[in-house]
Amino acid sequence: MLKINQLHKSYPIGDSSLHVLKGIDLEVEKGEMVAIMGSSGSGKSTLLNIIGMLDEADSGDYILDELPIKDLTEKKAAVYRNKFLGFIFQSFNLINYKNALENVALPLYYQGMKRKERQEKALFHLEKVGLADWAQHLPKELSGGQNQRVAIARALAANPKLLLADEPTGALDTKTSHEIMAFIQQLNDEGKTILMVTHEEDIASMCKRVVRLRDGVIMEDKKVEQVRAEQYV
Amino acid sequence: MFKFLFDRDTWQEVYDSFSKNKLRSILTMVGVWWGILLLIGLLGSARGLENSFNRLFGDFATNSVFIWGQNTGMPFKGFQEGRRVQLSLSDTKKIQENIEGIEFVVPRNQNQVPVIRNFLSGNFSIAGDYPLLDQVEKKKLIHGRFINQNDIEEKKKVIVLSEDVYKQLFQKNENAIGEYIQVNKINFKVVGLFQTSKINMGPPIDMHIPFTTFQQIYNRGDRIGWMMITGKPEYNIVQIEKDAKLLLKNLNDIHPKDNRALGSANAGKEIGKVTGFLIGMQFLTWFVGIATLIAGVFAIGNILLITIKERTKEIGVRRALGATPFEIKRQIVVEAVFLTLVAGIIGIITGGWILIAINALVGQGDDATLVNPSVSIAVVFIALIILVILGTLIGLIPAFKATSIKPIEALREE
Repeated sequence: MLKINQLHKSYPIGDSSLHVLKGIDLEVEKGEMVAIMGSSGSGKSTLLNIIGMLDEADSGDYILDELPIKDLTEKKAAVYRNKFLGFIFQSFNLINYKNALENVALPLYYQGMKRKERQEKALFHLEKVGLADWAQHLPKELSGGQNQRVAIARALAANPKLLLADEPTGALDTKTSHEIMAFIQQLNDEGKTILMVTHEEDIASMCKRVVRLRDGVIMEDKKVEQVRAEQYV
Repeated sequence: MFKFLFDRDTWQEVYDSFSKNKLRSILTMVGVWWGILLLIGLLGSARGLENSFNRLFGDFATNSVFIWGQNTGMPFKGFQEGRRVQLSLSDTKKIQENIEGIEFVVPRNQNQVPVIRNFLSGNFSIAGDYPLLDQVEKKKLIHGRFINQNDIEEKKKVIVLSEDVYKQLFQKNENAIGEYIQVNKINFKVVGLFQTSKINMGPPIDMHIPFTTFQQIYNRGDRIGWMMITGKPEYNIVQIEKDAKLLLKNLNDIHPKDNRALGSANAGKEIGKVTGFLIGMQFLTWFVGIATLIAGVFAIGNILLITIKERTKEIGVRRALGATPFEIKRQIVVEAVFLTLVAGIIGIITGGWILIAINALVGQGDDATLVNPSVSIAVVFIALIILVILGTLIGLIPAFKATSIKPIEALREE
């Protein structure tokens, strides 16, 4: 599904440069649920951004579903992101003047889908996250957990190969976090490949595999016994 | 691209970003609105001024020149300088026959005469004229007719009076046509009344009688006071004036370089000056209007730039979701064009109202200063096209700004 080989990335800081990723090797199979952990500055967000094609590596290979991701133009990156990837952000990143349905439909709009079809599909995904009744509400009229569910519906809307979550529970209280995690686990059960960045141990333990980064290298990469989130809900 | 313009979603996006910042959008549009309001108001007023000039000159063949005899300034062929030049009827015939581009040559004679009717009397200027005069210097007849060819041939004692003469010699509302008045103790039948024109080339004339009658009564024979030459529209009147003068000098034994012997007034030249002034004013109007427009459009660009700064994160999200840089740019440009166009259309409408107001205040009646202030549809379209072009150009600045930030940086923005 996803194959990363000797990935390097550094950022210029003044005259010197900061070597953030120092040769990452990572392979993710279809249907996996991987937590990337590490303290701040360990390079976990940078790795996720490179996987998300929001950033580009200096060297190394990145192959997504047998497609080498290299030398992307902005346009090509946009098309790939739209086609292959779904993003879930810590702060939801919904567009505040669009209602839930329109937010979910946005990736479909950029696919060039017709309005009616798009809205049907968006409503289907909203239903799936249990928010069909809230379709016409603006983000500010929804709770944090509801907003994150809208964001998940949006990430799912384009039927991506890979879901990328950057601290998906970072802005939520424990109870809501567990609800969201239960939902993400359910998506994984249905076969979605999920990659998430977190620094919370209990959230990481709800994944099937934990990759620990420190100072730009992988310290540890192990399968874990998945803790089901439903039991806390 | 056209599909994009007719797509409901495009306009939904424009509407959303507009309604999100109503006050700011409206304030932004004020600049463009003001610019186009000025442009329409000024252009309409300039047109009104032009119309009122045209009304003044409208009675006039603009490509005409008047030539009369003066005293010679140089000795020639044995004649002393200071000789009085007397133009004659045969001169007019020769000009008509020999000079290229002539439409009419109208000889005229003029005198100052006492006029009596019953117990009323006055002193007025009188001119002997051909019917052609009416084509060179349109007479606005209130009643009756102008002199006709029959009057000329039969040397009839008929007279056409100006309003002013009528007012002095007749009672209010009295019928003048068919009545007789005495000019130099000779009875003339009134056949027409004309409105006094505001602008005269040459001396103002109160009364017109047939040229032949005039020549006979005042014993002028072949001599004429002056001639009016009208050129065909495609010929340059200044050149005709030169040619005619040279011919007259030749016919009247005047030194070819004598500039004092013949006097002239070139209506074409005079009107040309006014026309030049009007063109200058229109140029100024366009300049001021478009400069104001550009300032207004820059204000829109400026505001959009601020908006883009505020929407950086939103743009980052959209790009993460798969919006290409082109799609982002296109949306911003459409917003810019939309704002300029809406402001422009409102400006055109309110500008139209202002012209209606000007028209109602000073645009009607005989002494209107701005006659029918208006702008043509073509001008409106040109203004709109300029707005679209400027809106697009100015929209490109925030558009490129929006996509110059990497999506990853845009997403980090708080």
